[in-house]
Amino acid sequence: MSNSEEQKVIKKRNWLITKWLSFAALFIILGGISIIVYSIDNSFTDSGAKVPLRKVLNFNELINNKLFSVNKLAPEYQKSEAVKIAKVNGGYGVEDPDDTTDYVLILIRRDTQGKSDTVYLDMEDIKALPYKEVTFNFKCIEGWSQITNWGGVSLGTFLAHYNAGSRLGESFSKDQQTNLFKYCGLTTVDEQYYVGIDMPSCLQEQTLLCYNLNGKKLPFDQGYPLRLIVPTKYGIKSIKRIGTIFFSDSKPKDFWYNKGYDYDAAL
Amino acid sequence: MISSQEETVLITKKHSLAVRWFHWVNFPLLTVMIWSGMLIYWANDEYYIQLGSLTLKFFPQWFYKALNIPFRLSVGMAWHFTFMWFFAINGVGYFIYLILSREYKSLFPKRNSLIGSLQVTLYDFGLKKTKPIQGKYNDAQRVIYTVIILLGGLMLLTGLAIYKPIQQSWLTTSLGGYVAARLEHFIITIIFVAFFVVHIAQVVKAGWRNFQSMVTGVDIADTETQETIVVELPKNINPTI
Repeated sequence: MSNSEEQKVIKKRNWLITKWLSFAALFIILGGISIIVYSIDNSFTDSGAKVPLRKVLNFNELINNKLFSVNKLAPEYQKSEAVKIAKVNGGYGVEDPDDTTDYVLILIRRDTQGKSDTVYLDMEDIKALPYKEVTFNFKCIEGWSQITNWGGVSLGTFLAHYNAGSRLGESFSKDQQTNLFKYCGLTTVDEQYYVGIDMPSCLQEQTLLCYNLNGKKLPFDQGYPLRLIVPTKYGIKSIKRIGTIFFSDSKPKDFWYNKGYDYDAAL
Repeated sequence: MISSQEETVLITKKHSLAVRWFHWVNFPLLTVMIWSGMLIYWANDEYYIQLGSLTLKFFPQWFYKALNIPFRLSVGMAWHFTFMWFFAINGVGYFIYLILSREYKSLFPKRNSLIGSLQVTLYDFGLKKTKPIQGKYNDAQRVIYTVIILLGGLMLLTGLAIYKPIQQSWLTTSLGGYVAARLEHFIITIIFVAFFVVHIAQVVKAGWRNFQSMVTGVDIADTETQETIVVELPKNINPTI
């Protein structure tokens, strides 16, 4: 027999010791990982997620922001490829028809002294801004996706037009973004649903303040008269029937984040 | 010197410490990944197999209920996107080790391994009398283990493709798109589970001595019984010299 280095004759007693130490090591590895899993499962929760898992989700968000650019565009499709009837998912915040009568959008921006300054807008104000359509693969966090066509005004264009998002009411543009708040918060008219979105994602050109689906006004259950479409995030961030838009440097409260999902929902 | 009175054993090195570590750490990590993956899959459980009039859905309601799967998408995502790091690090570490240590030579298929694995299969099912050469890994093991390693890599890629389909849109596109990548991720999981079942059956069949070698790293034979152990000879050594 060759490979003499690979073979040894050892005392049976030593062999037994080696054997039991090896099995003890295996027991420690499997037991150790089981204890880790068990302790995570029995730890406190932070916004619906177990604390250690929440920390890793935040870490993942950090890695995502370090490695990737928020300005990366979602692949776009031909309008003809879009589904005729877009799937409706989630009725939070879009249940009461009264919310759509005499619709007003409340925009809470800052004036040049940094004081809160509320602007009330109607649909005519929003439709006066440049119209833009985006046809992309809408992705639900549940796992399904659909190519859908949406129309409205780019949220970045809208915010820049009203100098909204700057800490001191300063004007800004796509290329010149100084002294902006870190986050934008949005709530439905009835305040039953709410999201927080990082400012760079709000200013990404495909992010729409949307009032059209397939070229026609939004259906009631798709958030008529005005909803958000964020193609680079899961659908949970595309809030329907927007009532209020505000800004903050801390993360605005977020409906699904509070139920254990990650905050940025970035794709 | 070993005294003649004392009992001795002949040990033959089989599995390195590194390989044993990667193997046994992978087992609980993969378990967590598959379990949390099922919590995610439940939220859009659209896959089924159609056999004539019979429809096999993944998964039946009793199965979901027994494992407490329904309505835990956020729990599944949190676990999946935490343990993905450990699963990936362990798997990539294993692959790098295989290459650097040159242990891949006893694992990757040889030129005739495909035919050889057919002979192993026939023998295992009792359709062939002569036992194929076992070596450290027989031909069937070489083929299957290598396929599983490749699928592990594909698991990471399909996972990334559905985790970051916009940032990594080139990857998602090259895997056939978002919907296809999700299905591929699922199919590989099913293959892993099927492999696990066969693997356990083979381990049980091979017996304790084989199993303990994955823990202790060595094969044993009592020197008194002089049981022979087949050791593969390197190709370039001529045994007659």
